[in-house]
Amino acid sequence: MPIISISQLSKTYATGFTALRDVSLAIEPGEIFALLGPNGAGKSTLINIVCGIVTPSSGTVRVDGHDIAIDYRTARRTIGLVPQELTTDAFETVLNTVSFSRGLFGLRPDPGHIERILRALSLWDKRDSRLMTLSGGMKRRVLIAKALSHEPRVLFLDEPTAGVDVELRQDMWRLVRELRQQGVTVILTTHYIEEAEEMADRIGVIRRGEIILVEEKAALMRKLGRKRLTLHLQQPIEAVPPELADYELALAGGGRELVYTYDTRAERTGITGLLTGLAAAGIRFNDLHTEQSSLEDIFVGLVREEGGRA
Amino acid sequence: MNRVTGMNWPAVRAIYRFEMGRFWRTAGQSILAPVISTTLYFVVFGAAIGSRVSAVDGVPYGLFIVPGLIMLSLLTQSIANASFGIYFPRFAGTIYEILSAPISPLEVVLGFVGAAASKSILIGLIILATSALFVPLRIDHPLWMIAFLLLTAVTFSLFGFVIGLWADGFEKLQLVPLLVVTPLTFLGGSFYAIGMLPPFWHAVSLLNPVVYLISGFRWAFFGKGDVSIAISLGMTALFLVICLGLVAYIFRTGYRLKS
Repeated sequence: MPIISISQLSKTYATGFTALRDVSLAIEPGEIFALLGPNGAGKSTLINIVCGIVTPSSGTVRVDGHDIAIDYRTARRTIGLVPQELTTDAFETVLNTVSFSRGLFGLRPDPGHIERILRALSLWDKRDSRLMTLSGGMKRRVLIAKALSHEPRVLFLDEPTAGVDVELRQDMWRLVRELRQQGVTVILTTHYIEEAEEMADRIGVIRRGEIILVEEKAALMRKLGRKRLTLHLQQPIEAVPPELADYELALAGGGRELVYTYDTRAERTGITGLLTGLAAAGIRFNDLHTEQSSLEDIFVGLVREEGGRA
Repeated sequence: MNRVTGMNWPAVRAIYRFEMGRFWRTAGQSILAPVISTTLYFVVFGAAIGSRVSAVDGVPYGLFIVPGLIMLSLLTQSIANASFGIYFPRFAGTIYEILSAPISPLEVVLGFVGAAASKSILIGLIILATSALFVPLRIDHPLWMIAFLLLTAVTFSLFGFVIGLWADGFEKLQLVPLLVVTPLTFLGGSFYAIGMLPPFWHAVSLLNPVVYLISGFRWAFFGKGDVSIAISLGMTALFLVICLGLVAYIFRTGYRLKS
């Protein structure tokens, strides 16, 4: 059974703006699911509905089999949320605010658990500091600590590494992996494709309130990936010979490299023909290499493609 | 979660302690301010003016104003504490945590309103203690005094909670307390008995709901009020029910809380 089942979920705000259109999605227990989408695509609205912050216009959401409207207490106890905005109580101390969060979820105080979380997030030394004295990155850690204070089985991370430094980003990735090992399901939205590529098991792409794709990350990259073949020429050339125009080659490296982009999904990649054409044109090369498209390339291509259709 | 009541008491306690924490953080200001203002009222109304005013309904003027002074602070503090308590998380964005926690509307109200009422009752008692330094206190019905103190603090904390949810800026947060509550309190017989007014203004004063609160509270002190104790109690209870209805409506519709 999916840990989260979203069925035909729609949301139209009072302003008339439709943020979600008939979204259906199933998140499996223990997976890391990355939700990608441009600004205003509906990522945060989707998360906020599941967490109880926004009321859906129609559709249902079940968390571990519990309807978020009917059995909201059980559903919400399962979830931890790290919001996108750095919203903190400026005058509170780290320890107090994290303990407060645990209390909100109906749990008895557990200083040992709170200490473990704060140590894992390198916050223990700052436990008596007021939040207003912390840096942005530290505040982000506090929000994560608050979300983990009640030992959730599902963790939502809404743009978790927006505006944080490289070190903290690495720390967070490590933490997310550790959580997965403990059986926690992680759903993250991100602008950093690198983040999804690094961590996600599955990827969903949302655009204009509609889920346009849900796919295993590896399969997605295999299925949609484009490759670049770079040929290192023995002698530089000034222009691509006209007889090779069909291959839409790009000249790079001061005329010493020819770059050919091809679709791995295509029945014919055109590589054989290209190599034959190069030999016929008298162009020789001493090395070659291929590169797989990054997830970012795939994402941009997909969003553009869908945008073109719209 | 309590298995018998089904209530999330740890959450109520967490909100209550969090809100009270703010009060204790600024304890100097929270406690000193009412002590100073009460002292000033006694200097101005008690000593300077009060010495020229004869006893009201047989009660020396300095003593007569004690219930009104407490009620004045109780109303303004209840509203200010509760409205700020719920408005600030909305303003700062931390309200997300409350909305996404397994808490019922009743538990949210208990936490916030309970803390706001506790703070204002504490301030009311501080004013009472300060008054004892200036006049020999007399409380004919101490249990009724406590009952009125509680009822008024809870009712106006609920009212403040509604204002805190309605307000979409700090200006609006101040609007009702400054432009409505404070004038009504001053005109509600804090410093005089409405029977001292000409008949027309006496009749107009009866439209002021604060009159019934102060009258009931004063009855608890001196056994005499502007209106009967039953009417005072009934009006206070009515206002409580109206505030409860407003809060219930807000949570049912998600007004200003959920989009």
